Amino acid sequence: MFDNPALIKAIFGRLTLESLPLHEPIVVGTFAVVALGGVALFGAVTYFKLWGYLWREWFTTVDHKRIGIMYMILGIVMLLRGFADAIMMRGQQMLAFNGSEGYLNAHHYDQIFTAHGVIMIFFVAMPLVTGLMNYVVPLQIGARDVSFPFLNNFSFWMTVGGAVLVMASLFIGEFARTGWLAYPPLSNLGYSPDVGVDYYIWALQVAGIGTTLSGINLICTIVKLRAPGMTMMKMPVFTWTSLCTNVLIVASFPVLTVVLALLSLDRYVGTNFFTNDFGGSPMMYVNLIWIWGHPEVYILVLPAFGIFSEVTSTFSGKRLFGYTSMVYATVVITILSYLVWLHHFFTMGSGASVNSFFGITTMIISIPTGAKMFNWLFTMYRGRIRFELPMMWTIAFMLTFVIGGMTGVLLAVPPADFVLHNSLFLVAHFHNVIIGGVLFGLFAGIGYWFPKAFGFRLDPFWGKLSFWFWVTGFFFAFMPLYVLGLMGVTRRLRVFDDPSLQIWFIIAGFGAFLILLGIGCMLMQFAVSFLRREQLRDVTGDPWNGRTLEWATSSPPPDYNFAFTPVVYDNDAWFDMKRRGYSRPLTGFKPIHMPSNTGTGIILAGLATAMGFALIWYIWWLAALCVIGLFVVAIGHTFNYHRDFDIPADEVVRVEEARTRLIAAGAK
Amino acid sequence: MKSDTHALHADAHGHDTASHGTLSSYLIGFGLSVVLTAIPFWLVMSGVIASKAATAIVVMLFAVVQIVVHMIYFLHMNTRSENGWTMMALIFTVIMVVIALTGSLWVMHHLNINMMPVHNMSQMP
Amino acid sequence: MTVQTMNIAAGSSETSQPVFHVLDEHAHPEGYSTSLGFWIYLMSDCLIFAMLFAVFGVLGGNYAAGPAPKDLFDLKLVAVNTSMLLLSSITYGFAMLTMEKSQVRATQMWLAITGLFGLAFIGIELTEFAHMIHEGATPQRSAFLSSFFTLVGTHGLHVSFGLVWLVTLMVQVARYGLIEANRRRLMCLSMFWHFLDVVWIGVFTFVYLLGMLR
Repeated sequence: MFDNPALIKAIFGRLTLESLPLHEPIVVGTFAVVALGGVALFGAVTYFKLWGYLWREWFTTVDHKRIGIMYMILGIVMLLRGFADAIMMRGQQMLAFNGSEGYLNAHHYDQIFTAHGVIMIFFVAMPLVTGLMNYVVPLQIGARDVSFPFLNNFSFWMTVGGAVLVMASLFIGEFARTGWLAYPPLSNLGYSPDVGVDYYIWALQVAGIGTTLSGINLICTIVKLRAPGMTMMKMPVFTWTSLCTNVLIVASFPVLTVVLALLSLDRYVGTNFFTNDFGGSPMMYVNLIWIWGHPEVYILVLPAFGIFSEVTSTFSGKRLFGYTSMVYATVVITILSYLVWLHHFFTMGSGASVNSFFGITTMIISIPTGAKMFNWLFTMYRGRIRFELPMMWTIAFMLTFVIGGMTGVLLAVPPADFVLHNSLFLVAHFHNVIIGGVLFGLFAGIGYWFPKAFGFRLDPFWGKLSFWFWVTGFFFAFMPLYVLGLMGVTRRLRVFDDPSLQIWFIIAGFGAFLILLGIGCMLMQFAVSFLRREQLRDVTGDPWNGRTLEWATSSPPPDYNFAFTPVVYDNDAWFDMKRRGYSRPLTGFKPIHMPSNTGTGIILAGLATAMGFALIWYIWWLAALCVIGLFVVAIGHTFNYHRDFDIPADEVVRVEEARTRLIAAGAK
Repeated sequence: MKSDTHALHADAHGHDTASHGTLSSYLIGFGLSVVLTAIPFWLVMSGVIASKAATAIVVMLFAVVQIVVHMIYFLHMNTRSENGWTMMALIFTVIMVVIALTGSLWVMHHLNINMMPVHNMSQMP
Repeated sequence: MTVQTMNIAAGSSETSQPVFHVLDEHAHPEGYSTSLGFWIYLMSDCLIFAMLFAVFGVLGGNYAAGPAPKDLFDLKLVAVNTSMLLLSSITYGFAMLTMEKSQVRATQMWLAITGLFGLAFIGIELTEFAHMIHEGATPQRSAFLSSFFTLVGTHGLHVSFGLVWLVTLMVQVARYGLIEANRRRLMCLSMFWHFLDVVWIGVFTFVYLLGMLR
C-alpha cells in the first residue's frame, strides 16, 4: 500500500522524509536540545500532575490577567529564539572575511535573517505589547475584564498558533528566505517554490486574525467599560496609547490580511497580482504591505510611550507634565502614521512629487514625538526621582531613542534615502528605535507591573546587571552598523570581500555577546526573584507609591479585580484617592458577575493552526477537515447561552478578608 | 434563559443605544436605493450622456449618495448611538479608506508614468 | 453608566467625602459591548474591501491582451443580481421589524425569504463566473481578471458566510425563541447584511458600470 506514490502524495501532500533538514547539523543539534527540553518539560508537567491545573486555570481561562501573563511568556520564549537567530547572524558576519564562507550556508543564513525579523516583530514585540495592554488596561480603567473575554482567549491562542507554525518550520521543511516582508517576485512560486513562504503566509495569517480581534476587543473595553467618572481626558496615558494602538491594529491588520491573501492566491491558484507578467505588479505588494507596515511600528511604540509616561510620573513623584498635549500628540501620531508608508520605498521610482509628500509627512511625525520627549523631561524636572529599574530603562530610552529618531529624520530625506536605502544604516536605525524604544519600554513595563502581577518585586541586582549589559551591548552592536551603512554596506549580506570592514563586525558581534549576557541576567533575575519572593513581597498592592487605579487593588489582583468598581475624579485616580484619605471598604460585598472559562478558543486556534500546516504541505484532505471542524466548533459554541457565573458574596468576603489580614501583617 | 434583572438592564442599556428603523423608513430607503441603482444602470446601458468621463462622474456621485442612503435607512447610522462612537469609527474608517485608496492609486500611477518603458527616448529630458 | 452616576450622586450627598466606589453596583448587561464591537469589526472588514478595491483600481486596466470588461460583463445580469441583494435587504428589514414585535413565525418567514434572495444572488454570481471561466476568462488570465474575481468573490464569500449564519440563527430562534441574546445576534447579522449591500454598491459601480465605460 505504501509503495503507491500517488496515495502517499494524497495523504502527505508534499511532506516527505527529505523535508526534514537532517543534512543541517546546526538544525539537528538545535532539534536535539529543544526535543530534550520539551520531553523534560512534558515529563515534569505529567509527573507533577499539572495538566488538569494548566488546562482549567490557564489554557481555558478568560481572565484578562492570566491571558496577559501567557502573552508575556510567549513573547519571552520567542525572544530567546529570535535572539538566537540574531547572534548567529552576528557570528556569521564576523567570520565571513578573507575568503572564509563563515559557518552558515546561504540557504540557512537567508532563513535566519527572515525568521529573525518575523519572530521579533510578530512573536516577540506584538505578544509583549498585547500582553501588557491585556493585563494593565482593564485594571487601569477599573473594569472586571475585557469586553469579550472568550474572544480574548481565542486571540491569544491564534497568536500561539502562528508562533507554533514558525517554530515548526525550523524542524519540518524550511522557513522563507525572502526577508521579513517577503517581497515578490522573490516570494512568488517561481522563485520560492518550497514551503518557506507558505509557512510565512500562514503563520502571519493565523496570528494576524488573533491580533485584529484582540484590537477590537481592547477598543471596546476602553470605550465601554471605564469606571464611572473616568472621562476620556481622565484616562491614564497608557490606556490612551493602548486605545490608539488598537485603533491602528484594527485599521492596519486587515491590509496585511489582504496582501497575504493575494500573495497566497498567486502561489496557490496562479493568479497574477504580483507577478512580472500578465499585468501583475510586484510593486503593488510593496505598496500594500507598507500601508500595514508603517502603522505596525507605531502599534509597537505607542504603548511603550504610554509605559514611559506612567513610569516617569510615578518615579518622579509628580503628575505627568502636559497630559493634554501628550494625548493629542498620541492621536496625531496615530493619524500621521497612516500617511507615511511610502518612505519605506522612496527608491521605487514614484517621482519627486510623491517622494516629497511622503518625506515631509515623515518629518512632521517627529514633532509630536519630540513634544512627548519634552513632556517626560519636564515631568522629571524638579521631581523627586527614584532610580528604580523601570526609571533607569526610561532614561536609557530617552537617550537612545533620540539618536534613533534623528537618524530616522535623516532617512526621511528622499535624496539621503537613495544613498542609505537597504544599507546597514537602515538596519541600525530601526534597531535603534525598536530596541531603544519598544524593547526598553517593555522591560520598563515588565519591571513596573511585575509586582502587581505576582505580588513580589523583581530582584534589583540582577535587573541592574541586565540593564547595563543590554544598554552597553546595544550601543556596541548597532553603532558600528551606522558606520558600515554610511560606507555603503548593504543589509542581509553573508560574506564580505573588504577586510577593512571586519573590525566593525567584530565590535558589533561583541555587542551582541553583551546583549546575550543581558538576556541571561534577565532570566536569572526572574529565577532569583522567585526564590527570594518572601523578601521581595509586596503586601500593600502599591509598591511604587503609584498613581493609577491598578495600584488600588491587591497584588496579584483577585479574579474580579475590584471588589467595588472605583469612582474616578482625577487623572491620577489612585493618587487622588490616597490624598483624600480613601479607606478600603470592608463590608457590604455583593456577588460579582464574571465570565466562565471555555476551551473553545484553544480548540478553534488548534484547528486553524492545523489547517495552516495542511495548506503549507498541500495536504488537502486535512485542510478541508480542519475547515469543517472550524465551522462545526464555532457554530456549536454559539449554541452555548450560559457563559457567565456569579462569584458568591461569601467568596468575595473571604478574599477581601485575607487581604485585610495581609495588609495588617505587613504594617507590623 | 436569562434572569429578569438582565432583561431589565438590557432594556435600560441596549435599546436606547441601538436604534431600529420603522416600516416607513425601510420603505423610503428601499425606494431611494432602487431609484439610485436604476438611474446609473440606465445611464451606462443607454449611453445617453455622450461623454464617458461625465457618465463616470455622475455614476460615482449616485454611488456615494446611495451609500449614504443605505447608511441612514438600513444601517441606522446617527450621531447618537453608542454616544457617537459608531459615527466616530465610521468617519475614521472613511478617512483611512480614502488615504489608502487614493494614496495607492496616486503612488502606483506615478510609478507607472516614471518607470514604464518610454517609447520615444529622444523625448526624454 | 447613567444608573451608576445616579447612585454616586445619592452617595456623595450623604457624606462630605467623595465616594470612591460604586455603592449599588450592577454588572454590565450581557452583550453590553456587542453592537459597538461588531461595528468595529465591520469597519475592519470595510478596510479589507477597500484594499481589494485599491488593487482593482491599480491592476483593473491590465488586460494582458486578454478579455476586457466589455467582452465579459452582461449588465442586465448584474442588474438582476443587484435587485436580488436590494430585495434581500428590505426583507431583512421586515424581519427586524417583526422581531421588534416579537412575532416569531413572521420573523422566521422574512429571514427565510432573505436567505432565498441571498441564495439567488450567489447562484447568479456563480453562473456568471462559470460562464466567464468557460470562455477562457479565468482568474489566471490577467491581473484584471485576478483582481475582478478576488474582489467580487470575496463579496460573494461574505454573502455565503452570511447565509450560513442566517440558517444558524433561524435554528436558534426556532429552538430558543426571540430571547435577548438571539435578538442581539439578529441585529448583528442585520448590520452585516446591510454592510454587504453597501459594499455591493461599490462593486457594481466601480467594477461593472465603470468597467463598461472603459
